[in-house]
Amino acid sequence: MHEGVYREFEETIAAGERIEPRDAMPPEYRATLIRQIAQHAHSEIIGMQPEANWITRAPSLRRKAILIAKVQDEAGHGLYLYGAAETLGARRDELLDRLHAGRQKYSSIFNYPTLTWADVGAIGWLVDGAAIVNQVPLCRCSYGPYARAMTRICKEESFHQRQGYELLLALSHGTEEQHEMAQDAVNRWWWPSLMMFGPPDGESPRTERSMAWKIKRHTNDELRQRFVDIVVPQAASLGLTLPDPLLRWNEERGHHDFGPIDWAEFHAVLRGEGPCNAQRLGQRRRAHEEGAWVREAAAAYAARHAARPAGRAA
Amino acid sequence: MSGAADVPGGADRVPGGTDWPLWEVFVRPRRGLAHTHAGSLHAPDAELALRNARDLYTRRGEGVSIWVVPATEILASSPEERDPFFAPAADKPYRHPTFYEVPEGVRSL
Ligand SMILES: [Fe+2]
Ligand SMILES: [Fe+2]
Repeated sequence: MHEGVYREFEETIAAGERIEPRDAMPPEYRATLIRQIAQHAHSEIIGMQPEANWITRAPSLRRKAILIAKVQDEAGHGLYLYGAAETLGARRDELLDRLHAGRQKYSSIFNYPTLTWADVGAIGWLVDGAAIVNQVPLCRCSYGPYARAMTRICKEESFHQRQGYELLLALSHGTEEQHEMAQDAVNRWWWPSLMMFGPPDGESPRTERSMAWKIKRHTNDELRQRFVDIVVPQAASLGLTLPDPLLRWNEERGHHDFGPIDWAEFHAVLRGEGPCNAQRLGQRRRAHEEGAWVREAAAAYAARHAARPAGRAA
Repeated sequence: MSGAADVPGGADRVPGGTDWPLWEVFVRPRRGLAHTHAGSLHAPDAELALRNARDLYTRRGEGVSIWVVPATEILASSPEERDPFFAPAADKPYRHPTFYEVPEGVRSL
């Protein structure tokens, strides 16, 4: 059935060119993208919460300004991605409804708590670091608007990772107590960061089709390995260790070996049993409801002034 | 032809409904360059669309001028008519300088 209608789509994908919004595309391609982009957008805006938790308690004005800028960037990333999903015919308000009803997911990493100031550093270094490894290949994704949004996002992410690294470096070289705080944060965020790449290749049912459509360019395990190989020497430069006794360089493979990941924990958090699932979703719903009067007032103001002409293009 | 480039269903949006209308954003990166499409955003009116566009697309000095256009106001050529629509250009190679033979040694031509 697809052969005739979607021949041009298949040819475009095969030629390594981009699909654009108004091209004919198989409904499953559209649905897969909407689900993936929405989940990605939700992760960006829910991801604001764990770090925003520390804005009022940042230890200096410099750190506070940096953290505000980073959290604001994450809001921007969410908006770029909702915008990309809308080019596929999704509606932003419907996507938000689905998030609020728990019918669409966000990255399980954000269901862990930020217990100390060092967590802000560990998130920047490890969580944003893992996100970058995941996202860089998406800049070449077959769907044009998603690829363009990712290009913009990746440019902004590098500051996120660096500020986290720098924060941990300062703590690691600080007092003994500060060093311990940094190490403790890394210990807690390490395994959840590795889980961010998703289930192992054998248990990731959608990977094959997404790779055929060039939405995905690498498997979960390939990206996870890439992340581990990048991060191990960075940890050494921080003077911190990674909490895995099996972590070692494998000369033969040319990669680091690492210990088994607790997938039972991953699935439990995904099911809603993580330490902060209820808190994150509750906060998101509350923010949305409490902002309703602003949206209504702005719409009422716009309706009243609709007749007034806007500035001319120049 | 149809309206609302890149926005299937864009034309049926109800302004002032549960979601604000969609605007397309164009940014001039620096003087001497044309505005290019940066993305889209929701805003209740043109003035707020402009402010939101500044916050969303120029947080790092990416622009010196912004245009915002209601998505429903954009008329786009349709992908299905692409071949006949752009066909008139395909059989006119004489519009390109490489079509012409010039003897060797002739310069500045
Ligand atoms: Fe982000
Ligand atoms: Fe980030």
